[in-house]
Amino acid sequence: MIRHTILAGFAAGVSIACAATAAGAAEVNIYTTREPGLIQPLLDAFTKSSGVEVKTVFLKDGLAERVAAEGASSPADLLMAVDAGNLVDLVDKGVTQPIQSEALTAAVPEQLRDAGGQWFALSVRARVLYAAKDLDLAAFSYEDLADPKWKGKVCIRSGQHPYNTALFADYIAHHGAAETEKYLAGVKANLARKAGGGDRDVAKDILGGICDIGIANSYYVGLMRSGKGGEEQVAWGNAIKVVLPTFKDGGTQVNISGAALAKHAPNKEAAVKLLEYLVSEEAQKIYAEANFEYPVRAGVAADPIIAGLGELKIDKTPLSEIVSHRKEASELVDKVGFDN
Amino acid sequence: MKTVSTNSAAGITAAGITPPAMAKIRAFRGSGSGWLAAGAIIALAAILPFVALALQAVQGSAGLWPHLLSSILPVALRDTLILLGSVAVLTALLGTTLAWLVTAYDFRGRRLLEWALLLPLAVPTYIIAYAYLDLLHPIGPLQGAIRWLLGYASPREFRLPDIRSTAGCILLLSLVLYPYVYMPVRAMFLMQSSTLLEASRTLGVSRRGMFWRVALPLARPAVAVGVSLALMEALNDVGAAEFLGVRTLTVSIYTTWITRSDLPGAAQIALLLLLLVVALVSLERWARRRQRYTTGMQRSRPLEPRRLPALAGFGLLLAGLLPVLLGFAVPVSHLAAEAFARWQFAGISPRIFSEARNTIVLSCLATLLTVGCGLAVAYACRVRPGRLAATALRLASSGYAAPGTVIAIGVLIIAAGTDQFVDRMAQAWLGVSTGLVLIGSGAALVFAYATRFLAISAGSIDAGLARVNPSLDHAARSLGRTANNTLFSVHLPLTRPAIAAGALLVFVDCVKELPATLLLRPLNFETFATHLYGEAARGTYEEASIAALAIVAVGILPVIVLSRIGRR
Repeated sequence: MIRHTILAGFAAGVSIACAATAAGAAEVNIYTTREPGLIQPLLDAFTKSSGVEVKTVFLKDGLAERVAAEGASSPADLLMAVDAGNLVDLVDKGVTQPIQSEALTAAVPEQLRDAGGQWFALSVRARVLYAAKDLDLAAFSYEDLADPKWKGKVCIRSGQHPYNTALFADYIAHHGAAETEKYLAGVKANLARKAGGGDRDVAKDILGGICDIGIANSYYVGLMRSGKGGEEQVAWGNAIKVVLPTFKDGGTQVNISGAALAKHAPNKEAAVKLLEYLVSEEAQKIYAEANFEYPVRAGVAADPIIAGLGELKIDKTPLSEIVSHRKEASELVDKVGFDN
Repeated sequence: MKTVSTNSAAGITAAGITPPAMAKIRAFRGSGSGWLAAGAIIALAAILPFVALALQAVQGSAGLWPHLLSSILPVALRDTLILLGSVAVLTALLGTTLAWLVTAYDFRGRRLLEWALLLPLAVPTYIIAYAYLDLLHPIGPLQGAIRWLLGYASPREFRLPDIRSTAGCILLLSLVLYPYVYMPVRAMFLMQSSTLLEASRTLGVSRRGMFWRVALPLARPAVAVGVSLALMEALNDVGAAEFLGVRTLTVSIYTTWITRSDLPGAAQIALLLLLLVVALVSLERWARRRQRYTTGMQRSRPLEPRRLPALAGFGLLLAGLLPVLLGFAVPVSHLAAEAFARWQFAGISPRIFSEARNTIVLSCLATLLTVGCGLAVAYACRVRPGRLAATALRLASSGYAAPGTVIAIGVLIIAAGTDQFVDRMAQAWLGVSTGLVLIGSGAALVFAYATRFLAISAGSIDAGLARVNPSLDHAARSLGRTANNTLFSVHLPLTRPAIAAGALLVFVDCVKELPATLLLRPLNFETFATHLYGEAARGTYEEASIAALAIVAVGILPVIVLSRIGRR
């Protein structure tokens, strides 16, 4: 029995190794920090139309470390990540290469891609306000979150999560570090529970009466209300109303999911072709409808649930500037004990 | 019969007293060097990932430490110590009491309880946290029922305190981690010769006193091993802490690495954490440095449990089942209900079968390697006792003391470096590309598991060997057996329960392991744990509960196997 298992194990190992070495034909390998289930429909559609097989490995942390360590032997072609900071990290670690593609530069607005062509956004999400349904609340600014009138009424995930550090980094860009520190201390004082959990927990906790308002990503509203997350989550989604907050002197803070071409990509051509497909009208529609994200390509409509949240006025701070304040924001979060 | 010597502060003197110098196991010179060499090589391989990390750490991390000292360490250290201290006390209490209960008393349902108490072992910390968060939430079933009973319409009118707190985290962790103490302590109680306990009775010690003055002090190495395993599991946990909003040093490592992109800094904190753990373990060893634990195997029969009257026995059974209920039955029923809902809604995806194969094959290979290496390291200490062997054992055990992700990064650097080297050589000499030999085949993962869990197998085998009277070694050797022969004809048969216990723990841990699996697996290769994480990342919790249930189910299999071995 045990011997059998060992044999099966080696067989499995060998077959995987062979599969890895047989690379080179028509395939693209993706290392992604994004759950592949979310993009699987897109990849299947691409395989169907092009005949190129797509393989994925979903990595939580350490995408950059793994590609860097594998060096020239790495099978990775495309590196996909959420949060602009993570994409910039890839470039900083020297594991990417620039892409020259007219189709990509034409489809992705300048603000949503690297100036040197190192990375491109594929979809956009906004950091929005979830509020209890019966709350009388028409407009909201990110600054309001520190208003003492919300004492004991605010829910939010860990201040160290990239979604939040990006928001706070944008706050630094608007108001400077000293103001941001005061702001974070104010928000911390307003928390109804420890900062933690996920974005959906904000809606769940509002339904549970733990808090009245909270900050979370826009696409979760679609995932909950559409019933894709199960029946229970429909109740969470319907317990809240959503306001697109703005900075007092700006717009709504957005983040991206995006991709870069690996420095040693063995299937460079096919990889670029896949990227070009991902920003095509067809693929962008899938992004909008299956994942409830804002498309990057102009002219593609958002899903009705998301469009119903109101008109998105994107804040003007360039993504690269937000990324540059990220470390400072993370340190301020520690300094005020946001998560303690 | 000179069997047992303990000269602890408590002053226990049982069957016989052996001078410490005699108790020290003296091996025959000039033999067993092969074992020593194997142990040393294994230890070196096991610390390779740390060497890689240390090389990262010395790259420096500007401005990290002032920030750490002023904003992070005070709170993170306090919370970590509170968490670890409380988990240690709770698991030691639960594990030891329960182990004594099932070995010293006999009552209806004892056999069932004996192995049912192992069940929470199958539930990973992140799964129990997730299940209870759901169950105890204001909109969950429990609070809903309470509101209904009390006539409240909405949670805004009435709700219970939030489980998301340090206290909640301590309770939930202890509920699934106490088997780490229960298992070795029970094995120890079973191996304790009844003659000792009976001798103490004839010397006028009460039945309760027998526990405190003889059984417990003799089981101390097992308690220490169990508690340190539980603590390392607690320290490794990030999922439950994240769900429950508890900040530990482990979480600080994460934020330093992920949010601030500072791997050298994260490696520095990780190494600091490792030093802390090593210091704690050494302290415990130092505290019992003058004690030796051995027992005569001749005619040793386990303690005859005392038969309890029906009612008292029933009460004991109920009390004993409580941890099983809270640590296993409740969360698992919740998962089962969720999984059932999902199955009705969407059926079971076929990928679950390939994931099952991957999970089991990978975990079996890793368990074999880990137990084999653990045996070599522990046996080297037996046949060639001395500083070198002891150091090898301790070094080999260091992988368990650092969070999984940290080990994974170390293994990644080593494995990918080897892969690149092999690839380059093959291209230069043979003109073909081998791709990634170690990472592509999953061998890197097996290595990571072995590095991480070697402490478990080595620790439990070492503890088991310590119970075998060295006079048996001497007898076997003077009868002309070699070190190898002695291992197979004497030690393996006598320590089989300890080896099985170690193997079980390693297997279940491999199945549950998440961070290294995520980082090091090949393309298009999923296990239950990575599937679960993926679903949780997408927020499709019901789908996740199927994978979670599968992890628990796989974890139960060895529990059953072990309960059978233990019975023989």
